Amino acid sequence: MSAYNFAYLDEQTKRMIRRALLKGMAIPGYQVPFASREMPMPYGWGTGGVQVSAAVMVPEDCFKVIDQGADDTTNAVSIRRFFQATAGVAVTEKTAEASVIQTRHRIPERDLRQGQILVYQVPIPEPLRFLEPSEVETRKMHALEEYGLMHVKLYEDIARHGDISTSYAYPVKVEGRYVMDPSPIPKFDNPKLGMAAIQLFGAGREQRIYALPPHTDVVSLDFEDYPFQAGKADHDCDLCGAGSSYLDEVITDDAGGRMFVCSDTDFCRERREAGHVGALGVEAVA
Amino acid sequence: MYVAVKGGERAIDNAHDWLAEERRGPQDVAELDVAQIRTQLGLAVNRVMAEGSLFDPDLAALAIKQSRGDLIEAIFLIRAYRTTLPRFGYSTPVDTGAMACDRRISATFKDVPGGQVLGPTFDYTHRLLDFALEAEGLQRSEAIAPEAHPVMPRVSQFLNQEGLIQDEPRPEVDAVPGDLTRAPLELPATRALRLQALARGDEGFVLSMAYSTQRGYAKNHPFVGELRIGTVAVEMEIPELGFAVEIGDVVLSECETVNQFTGSKTEPPQFTRGYGLVFGQTERKAISMALVDRALRWKELGEDDKGAPAQDEEFVLYHADNIQATGFLEHIKLPHYVDFQSELELVRKLRREADARVRPTEAAQ
Amino acid sequence: MEQTSDMLTGGFSDAPRQSARAFRAALEAMARPGSTYVLQEMADAPAPVSRAAATLLLVLCDAETPLHLSGVCDTPAIRGWVTFHTGAPLVAAAEAMFVLGDWSSLDLRVLARGTAEYPDRSATVIVDGDFEGVDVSLRGPGIKDVSVTRLPDVVVFQENAAHFPLGLDFYFTRGAKLSALPRSTRVTAGENA
Repeated sequence: MSAYNFAYLDEQTKRMIRRALLKGMAIPGYQVPFASREMPMPYGWGTGGVQVSAAVMVPEDCFKVIDQGADDTTNAVSIRRFFQATAGVAVTEKTAEASVIQTRHRIPERDLRQGQILVYQVPIPEPLRFLEPSEVETRKMHALEEYGLMHVKLYEDIARHGDISTSYAYPVKVEGRYVMDPSPIPKFDNPKLGMAAIQLFGAGREQRIYALPPHTDVVSLDFEDYPFQAGKADHDCDLCGAGSSYLDEVITDDAGGRMFVCSDTDFCRERREAGHVGALGVEAVA
Repeated sequence: MYVAVKGGERAIDNAHDWLAEERRGPQDVAELDVAQIRTQLGLAVNRVMAEGSLFDPDLAALAIKQSRGDLIEAIFLIRAYRTTLPRFGYSTPVDTGAMACDRRISATFKDVPGGQVLGPTFDYTHRLLDFALEAEGLQRSEAIAPEAHPVMPRVSQFLNQEGLIQDEPRPEVDAVPGDLTRAPLELPATRALRLQALARGDEGFVLSMAYSTQRGYAKNHPFVGELRIGTVAVEMEIPELGFAVEIGDVVLSECETVNQFTGSKTEPPQFTRGYGLVFGQTERKAISMALVDRALRWKELGEDDKGAPAQDEEFVLYHADNIQATGFLEHIKLPHYVDFQSELELVRKLRREADARVRPTEAAQ
Repeated sequence: MEQTSDMLTGGFSDAPRQSARAFRAALEAMARPGSTYVLQEMADAPAPVSRAAATLLLVLCDAETPLHLSGVCDTPAIRGWVTFHTGAPLVAAAEAMFVLGDWSSLDLRVLARGTAEYPDRSATVIVDGDFEGVDVSLRGPGIKDVSVTRLPDVVVFQENAAHFPLGLDFYFTRGAKLSALPRSTRVTAGENA
């Protein structure tokens, strides 16, 4: 890998991405087109996030990668290794120690702070795409701030199901202007989008970058009579007892047995190390 | 007690080892070498070069070996390599009129100056498995290679003498065509960009799009005016020298279709063109490309939008690339359990609410 | 040519790492309008361009970014340096993606502010050197509650923000220091406004 430049990308490519990142930062929630490069991993597997991470990374960074909240999922492992090899940066599984965190589908439970950067892998950056397949049309809708279609969709949900039936990639409005896709995070994570860290979103295949500066006003779309609700499984973590973390449901046998565990593996580990024990965290399960 | 699954790193290493073993196959069978692939699986090499957008038969052959013959995987390897290469500059446009043709046919005239040259084609082979190829050490058949490449004037040029075919609209002399790999695609796209996208597009996709136009979805009545395959010189301006020098040559397949055109408010009835140009001997792709190019020109020629897929520039350009398509398609193999969990919770909630609405009614009955 | 030695020196010795660090500061600055960042390893352009501004040019500009030099930053020596180190084509203000100049020389009215469909196609202005500043309060993305700083004007930046999402984005550079003001920031005069 030593034949490649620091953090893999050539300098010209990094400059192009960096310029897009700055414009994204200046226009929060707007999708900046960028000349996404072909990366040595497949489109749809984090090429946008990887390019953004490569463009912001400094040699002193401590890098963490999560997929589904876990550091040990195979694609997270693969991306972490890529940057160990190409940028020689330190890596960590600890959210508190990381300066750059690349994520797919989750925001860590622990509050992120100033100085940290959260990089999202984004499959479909266009929040209006599932309502309107044409890029030409959705670009117009953003330009004219014409988001009626989105509200109609959400309202039809309510009419049909008595509830908004979007549970992840739940659309948000940024600073009262752009409707933005927060990437496929569960809507449970939406309230954290106004965090103190920088948030960068990279969609490689769709060639878009967007950003949220710290403390940006991010509102999940809703209606007065149907306010946004961030949902999660109505359980505590069976390993660490946490009552407020997002949970994975794990099937434990073929007789309907199941348990709930934190999706954020670092958060759960930290709590268990601090002595917290969940309902199934000890042998006495039977 | 439940222990969270760990071991992603080891699993990946094991998968890679196993993959390497499978690629090599049984040790008692000789290993393929790259030269064999390059010379004996030439059409696979050509496809990888065309859709990989890199003319390098050796690297394409290596990619085919490494990918175990999965051509889309090989194309992916070539693309990922290509994007790391520095750009020294741009060649001058290649002169396909001066091509040293191995194959050149026209369907619009019985004979043409320079002649009809079949070249190494499958066209008139009977598709019968040749079991003799199973035997090793076959006698080499005598190839009848042309002694010299005659000059082959363009067929479209003959029509043009009578003004019967529309001139290719020439971009302004100093208009630099855009580069799909350096700038994000923007719509509407120029014809140059559309042709770029089609040239590196998936052969199967472009073929099916072209086929759909033949079956009536934006039918454009194409004839193969000319198909030529051969070698052209690549030249580059060297600023220090002040003139262009030849830096190598490439094999190209070029197809010009002649299409009916009944005329519009501004144009008299005349023939129009579709154009395809692809690296290597890749004629199925070149012909397909020409048909799709012609279908996409409907607006420029003042034709009706028939709502056909092949007329929809956004649809064609956004879905022609097999590396984008396969990556996104295959990414659904990655874990999605966080999103699935939130769907699970939602469905449970909706069912509880629906239940609560139904029960009181049942009680009343 | 007298300025040749000037022209050829002052670049990065380890571009990938030095530009990465400088960009990170530039990103943080754009993400936190009004906050000042001090650069460590810097490029050095001919006077009077500050080292922070020279560094920004190296980090962001290349042959793909038309650049306009204005006022005291438009000298043959600086033009030569910029061309040699970045390859950025030097253009008129209206065509520029980046602008470098002292505050009093800048004509902001002619600069690209983006389009409704592509608001990102707007100029980034590097305001280099000292200016007679006024105290202002900043609010908006990147700012928790309110941030206080000095800007060379109030109305200009209020008007710029009023056209959001169109508008210009600014860097202010002096010596090794760097701060930013994107179009998303709302500006009011006074510290306690």
